Amino acid sequence: MENQKNWDVIISPRSSWFDFRFKELWSHRDLLLLFVKRDFVSLYKQTILGPVWFFVQPIFTTIIFTVVFAGFAGMSTDNAPHVLFYLGGLTLWNYFADCLTKTSETFIQNQAIFGKVYFPRLIVPLSVIVSNLLKLLLQFLLFFAVWIYFYVAKPSSVSPNATVFLLPVLIAVMAGLSLGFGIIFSSLTTKYRDMKFLLQFGVQLMMYASSVVIPLSQVPEKYQWVMKLNPVVPVIEAFKFGFLGSGQFEATDLLYSIIFTVTIILSGTLIFNRVERSFMDTV
Amino acid sequence: MNPLNLVLKAENISKQYRLGQIGTGTLSHDLKRWIYSVRGKEDPFLRIGDENDRTKKSGTDYVWALKDVNFDVQQGDVLGIIGKNGAGKSTLLKLLSRVTAPTTGNIKIRGRIAALLEVGTGFHPELTGRENIFLNGAILGMRKHEIKTKLDAIIAFSGCEKYIDTPVKRYSSGMLVRLGFAVAAHLDPEILIVDEVLAVGDAEFQDKCIRKMKDVSGEGRTVLFVSHNMASMKALCKRGFLMEKGQIVYQGSMQQTIENYLATAKKANHSGEIPENASSINTGIVKFRKIVLHDQTRAAISSINYLDPIHLFFELEALHDLHDSIVDVRINTMDGLELVHAMNKYSAQPVNGKLMKGVNQVACKIENKLQPGRYSLTVGVHELNGLTMEYVENILDFSILTVASGDENGFIYNFQMGHVRFESTWKIENPN
Repeated sequence: MENQKNWDVIISPRSSWFDFRFKELWSHRDLLLLFVKRDFVSLYKQTILGPVWFFVQPIFTTIIFTVVFAGFAGMSTDNAPHVLFYLGGLTLWNYFADCLTKTSETFIQNQAIFGKVYFPRLIVPLSVIVSNLLKLLLQFLLFFAVWIYFYVAKPSSVSPNATVFLLPVLIAVMAGLSLGFGIIFSSLTTKYRDMKFLLQFGVQLMMYASSVVIPLSQVPEKYQWVMKLNPVVPVIEAFKFGFLGSGQFEATDLLYSIIFTVTIILSGTLIFNRVERSFMDTV
Repeated sequence: MNPLNLVLKAENISKQYRLGQIGTGTLSHDLKRWIYSVRGKEDPFLRIGDENDRTKKSGTDYVWALKDVNFDVQQGDVLGIIGKNGAGKSTLLKLLSRVTAPTTGNIKIRGRIAALLEVGTGFHPELTGRENIFLNGAILGMRKHEIKTKLDAIIAFSGCEKYIDTPVKRYSSGMLVRLGFAVAAHLDPEILIVDEVLAVGDAEFQDKCIRKMKDVSGEGRTVLFVSHNMASMKALCKRGFLMEKGQIVYQGSMQQTIENYLATAKKANHSGEIPENASSINTGIVKFRKIVLHDQTRAAISSINYLDPIHLFFELEALHDLHDSIVDVRINTMDGLELVHAMNKYSAQPVNGKLMKGVNQVACKIENKLQPGRYSLTVGVHELNGLTMEYVENILDFSILTVASGDENGFIYNFQMGHVRFESTWKIENPN
């Protein structure tokens, strides 16, 4: 009597595994931008300093790291200026960490909306990635300003090279990794809140294993492969290598990160799509 | 039925919920499910589960909020879904609006569907009214350019022009609701699902909403309504579903659906016998034995249609003959305000209050101008000089429903507007 193709939407208990619904996502792009705008506009409303707060956090963390790790502990920064070394690593790492923590709360934080209206749930974590991108841009400008200062004042201390042009790729990998991990965690948290606690201290610990503080070169050679399993490490190393000329950069390591990112996004989306259908019952 | 006009088809949809806490047991159930699915067997927990009856304690951890529901919706249908709390209405709406997925079965939809389970979803307190219109509109599925073209109409409808550039955290709750509904009212989906959202705002705004909903359903749009207000459902819908315990037990015209629903709701759940110690004043001469509220067919009821007369029947036992007396009925609001005082001696056709030894039967019909709500009956018997012989306070509670008998529109609002309705006629002369 009727053809399956006649129906625009078929709601069934389970979706097929490989149903990414890009078309649906695309048709909700306005919503994504409005979410970004909402996050950005509402974040520093009723504050005096406003967006200046974007700079306060990296500046102070860098000062503390410089004093504690480079000063007291005398840890190496691969001959790069301490401030640039820490600020650069932190700028990228904070983007990853912020995106990850925020996307991992997707379902919990948006229960009220998700319980009342349907739209592709993936819009929410995507909007987090984009609005944090704006924050990253501002923080990167800070890094860039400091970098210019060193480049002009102490030209010998920084030696940029062509790897700099990989920056968009590096940012994309960071965005992809945080999105992938974030949506996996958010899917698991709907049932098992334990994941939230795991993530909270996990992110903090991960920073020390991501060559933000301790450069890869300081890890004994035979254990470096363990650290390189962390897909964030090649990204941060490549960033520092490009701008500062310090650290080590190998294309194969970065390729590993990229493959890892694609895999985690694909599997994350699959899990997310499954969970979003009925998470309201378990959240 | 023309299959091409079918815009929504629900096939065997069921929804199972797990009762109680989600905690330690979850992991083991999940593992068991997983093991079964790996071995290619059916989910072991789908076979169990009670029907949805919240008054009984359940034997298992699972309950079916919906069980094997089937229905079709045609293009242009304006459909009302009614049923008691917990009958599965909201679950059905959640499935249709894709907030959650069914446990079994399929729902097929043709065209753009928008669900209004709440007004003002996603409003951000820090954003202005204007910014929130865009945000809320986009959440409900509108494109930005679509909202832009409708912006003026939305602002005008909301009546919040003056505050449109103020953060909504400064809005009163009424204004929030107005703004939310204004956005929702300007959605143009092919299928609209509306849940109780008319139950908000003041009288003027509710009027506006109901008119808007009537316009929407008049445009050949397909609309599904859920409401507890039978009168507004009757005014808006052509077809109706009656839900009970997770199943659709009746489909038909809205009028008939409401009648079926009210038939169970109206049924009196007591015999009308008055307990021995119920009187607050009793001189031992007369005693009320029985009081029954009934309809024209003399069936005992506990609620009355809007503006239908109140029929009462008493059994009054007298210990000796009384050649005259005053029998009276008072109708109080639930907070004790006395609204009506009816007496046998002071009515259009006064009746002598003669009571003989033994059980006397008294019938009484009271004109009903009460607004919908819950009321309480107090009855008494007095001597002609006013001395009270028998007085039973708040012996029977009853409801006045919003829905009226026959084709009358009833009371379509969702709040109390006074306790009593007086007819009024109006004339307004405009300057030329």
